[in-house]
Amino acid sequence: MSRVLDRRQLLRGATLAGGGVALSAYMPAWAQPVSAGIVKPLPTVSGDEIRLRVAHQMMMIDGRQSHAIGINGTVPAPLIRLREGQTVRLHVENGLDEQTSLHWHGLIVPFQMDGVPGVAFPGIDKRTTFTYEFPIVQAGTYWYHSHSGLQEQMGLYGPIVIDPKGVDPIQSDREHVIVLSDHSQLHPHRIFMKLKKQSGYFNRQQQTLAGLLKGEDQPLKDRLDWGKMRMDPTDVADVTGSNYTYLVNGHGPQDNWTGLFRPGERVRLRVINASAMTTFNVRIPGLKLSVVQADGLNVRPVEVDEFQIGVAETYDVIVTPSDERAYTLVGESVDRSGMARATLSPREGMAAEVPPLRKRPVATMKDMGMDMNMDMSGGGSMQGMDHSGMPGMDHGSMATAEKPAAAMDHAQMDHGAAGAGAGGMAGMDHGAMQSGATMPGMAGAPDAAGGMAMGGMAGMDMNMRDFSKAPGVKKGPGVQTISPMPMDRTGDPGQGLENVGHRVLNYRDLVAVDRNPDLRAPSREVQIHLTGNMERYMWALDGEKLSEVKAPIPFLAGERVRVTLVNDTMMGHPIHLHGHFFELVTGHGAYSPRKHTVMVQPGGKVSWDVTANEGDWAFHCHMLYHMHAGMMQVVQVRSAKGEAA
Amino acid sequence: MKALLLAGIGALVATAPATAQTMDHSMMPGMSMPGMKMPAKKPTARSRPATKRAPAKKAATRKVPAKRPSKPAADPHAEHTMPGMDMSGANAADPHAGHDMSQMSGMNPAPATATGEHTGHDMSAMPGMDMAPGQPTQHDMSSMPGMATVPVGTDLKPGNAPAPAPSPVLAASRYYGEAAMSDANRDLRREHGGMTYYQVLFNLAEYQARKGGDGYRWDGEAWIGGDINRLTLKSEGEGTFGKPLEAAEVQALYSRALDPYWNLQAGVRYDFKPNPSRTYATVGIEGLAPYWFDVEGALFLSDKGDVLGRAEAWYDERVTQFFVLQPRVEANFAAQDVRQDGIGSGLTDLELGLRLRYEKSREFAPYIGVSWERQFGDTARFTRARGDDTGGFSFVAGVRTWF
Repeated sequence: MSRVLDRRQLLRGATLAGGGVALSAYMPAWAQPVSAGIVKPLPTVSGDEIRLRVAHQMMMIDGRQSHAIGINGTVPAPLIRLREGQTVRLHVENGLDEQTSLHWHGLIVPFQMDGVPGVAFPGIDKRTTFTYEFPIVQAGTYWYHSHSGLQEQMGLYGPIVIDPKGVDPIQSDREHVIVLSDHSQLHPHRIFMKLKKQSGYFNRQQQTLAGLLKGEDQPLKDRLDWGKMRMDPTDVADVTGSNYTYLVNGHGPQDNWTGLFRPGERVRLRVINASAMTTFNVRIPGLKLSVVQADGLNVRPVEVDEFQIGVAETYDVIVTPSDERAYTLVGESVDRSGMARATLSPREGMAAEVPPLRKRPVATMKDMGMDMNMDMSGGGSMQGMDHSGMPGMDHGSMATAEKPAAAMDHAQMDHGAAGAGAGGMAGMDHGAMQSGATMPGMAGAPDAAGGMAMGGMAGMDMNMRDFSKAPGVKKGPGVQTISPMPMDRTGDPGQGLENVGHRVLNYRDLVAVDRNPDLRAPSREVQIHLTGNMERYMWALDGEKLSEVKAPIPFLAGERVRVTLVNDTMMGHPIHLHGHFFELVTGHGAYSPRKHTVMVQPGGKVSWDVTANEGDWAFHCHMLYHMHAGMMQVVQVRSAKGEAA
Repeated sequence: MKALLLAGIGALVATAPATAQTMDHSMMPGMSMPGMKMPAKKPTARSRPATKRAPAKKAATRKVPAKRPSKPAADPHAEHTMPGMDMSGANAADPHAGHDMSQMSGMNPAPATATGEHTGHDMSAMPGMDMAPGQPTQHDMSSMPGMATVPVGTDLKPGNAPAPAPSPVLAASRYYGEAAMSDANRDLRREHGGMTYYQVLFNLAEYQARKGGDGYRWDGEAWIGGDINRLTLKSEGEGTFGKPLEAAEVQALYSRALDPYWNLQAGVRYDFKPNPSRTYATVGIEGLAPYWFDVEGALFLSDKGDVLGRAEAWYDERVTQFFVLQPRVEANFAAQDVRQDGIGSGLTDLELGLRLRYEKSREFAPYIGVSWERQFGDTARFTRARGDDTGGFSFVAGVRTWF
């Protein structure tokens, strides 16, 4: 057992004397405390032999009883604390009257131990026990959850922390695991059926006539344009705070889970998004967040004020609260319909102000895979010459400037034949396309001019379902739109976080600490489209639901492949590949950040390189109801001989 | 390009030392720098093991000693020679001076004031490098992992090797048996996109207050099936309290999704009233039109060879989050007179409705509204001949409900 836990236990004893007054006047009604704060670390299991019993149970959230499925009597399931280098045996007893399974999310395990029924193993039948056994070959923050039915929504998820073999390069005086999740009183099958019958069922922040008269949201013209496309720009989250209670470590906003610290300490927060459907925007007003780990692997510290965390992602952050005061940890749902709330405080019973929910975002044309906001008039907006923002933007025949292009190779920027003059593109923020300077030749390029619709919204008439832009996608009712101009949005902070007035993490901020293990060029490229129909609530990869897919996505063992995910929908999708870490193509070369789950922003695209590990691996959107609707495939990795080792 | 880089460095050192902790040239993928050649394998006489210094400096400014590559020799850029690198081109007026180098992680913090940091630089490896005044005299190039004359890792372009052929067998079959795995795989597929869904929806179920006797009306449908193929039942009808049912029909249709919004529906319609002997073959479409109009249209061919048509459309105007105003129109047509049923050719009747519902619960939304109905042409003539009303206003109250 690690030193960290010992410290925590010490502190528990030391801080019981605390007794502040909850500042209830500061809090919105839904965050009114029912408790003075719950200082309760997650129950922990560790060692080489671990027993987990899956069973129905009740849990108390914000003073209300709720039915759940938990492990060893707790939701979230117990923290599994392991050490790199050990071999663990996990005996999972299924106390349910249906099949269950546990998947070790982010752990590199032999495929037959990966825990996906129908892909990795047959599942754990009711009232039976299955033993997982695998070596622990990594360190960091991970999690585990059921991969059967919709059990994950009912509470079958828990954190995993693996301590490194040697000294942890991330030093902290204390740590807290922060498991974010979404909880519903409704049975998940009923949630799904409601979405199938009325996809906007849970959206209580739609645009209204009253809003139009008050001048809120889109002006009439935009509403008509979007209405013409039959797209709802307020469809940011499928299941919202109108139904969910957002939890921190199994506790509602009113319960106010509290983590303790001593002023001046470096506190490591291991943040895990164990939600079924909720993308969270996480911040702690008053504290800088130094992001030191993403998806379990260390990254160079990046200091931010807020970060978006997609379902199944993890981020470790260091905070250093120096004052003898409480801080509120805010996990706002991406559609701002509710928040998970917790408190960091020096003593039990203290609370800080809970900020009100911010205004929910309204999707833009960029979220539809069209970047219309090409402000070519901005002055010297030279913040961040970020050329990696250019991939995907095909400038086609963008003619060169007269100045010698100084051999700035734009090859990575998909400029095609453009020898774009570096001088002419001075100070250009390619990420936001707010150019201060001219882009000579751009206007003369017929393709660029037509495709980019510089003249405002002229491109609204652009074909939103042009399958020639997605040759691998099966044409059918399940594909509502094809992004005409998907942008690499890894430099974007996430939907609704563009103008929040402080620094928000984006994927390009992430740089691996350790050199990537495989630096080979990918031998080929695979493009996979994330498709959907918001009206029929259909979701798929390449237009084919798993129920319709005829063959898996084949990789050779050891093969290096570049996978480009193109989001043809207006929602962000957290895409997870089992059994692998992949390196994001964000311009960091040998130090690319390695992830197991990547958020593909609405209408955007993301590329990553992966070295294939043998076996069959589930590959899916980690939004539970998207996966359930069919947004899942199997990646099949075989040795060149055709047999898995 | 050269100028760009140098000006950038100049700006970094001069203006942003505090934030520019690191400089990672990998943010400029594919950057090639003529005149600044850094052949990775060229040995230098005295290369400083810079990687070992990096963590120390890092620690001086931040408390987190991020783990560094443990083997500096593995870094092909640990030893650079930079022939012809001309720093004199640095020029603050250069339009690139404003680059935000804070994105460029990887370069060690080099505050301009901390000149002591830069004394250990091995210049011999950089023949021809002409440093402008004020430039730091040492660059820790080894910590610029992405700065490469040759792109590395994810900066590389993918090739075009062919994809392997997929295998039909699950790898886990070898551990758990092929039968168990194929059963589990079948269940997996069914549970991920292959489910059966259903819905029962009454768009109209209402009381109608009108001159000459209050009445009632319903219009609903039920469906069961998957995403593409469904069995759909539709029913509508109306009557006056105290009198026999005036009109009632039911349709049984096979429904197939044609595209993201439209379903093709074909089947049979049976009328209980007014003429209980009438059966029709039916074909129609139903779907969502641009601007969010729900639209239905159908043609009916009776067992007597008569052709009828119907079109319906409605729109849900969300007034607030809980109040929805639904204007609705329904029109019936006939290709010929059907005297027996009192139907004349052409537009037979039209209904315009406006209903305001309270959708606190999506499934059970009470509403009030008005409805105006009118018969036209021969149909109206037949009705008048029977001494009945040919239409009028009614106030309606009902519930839109589904489950």
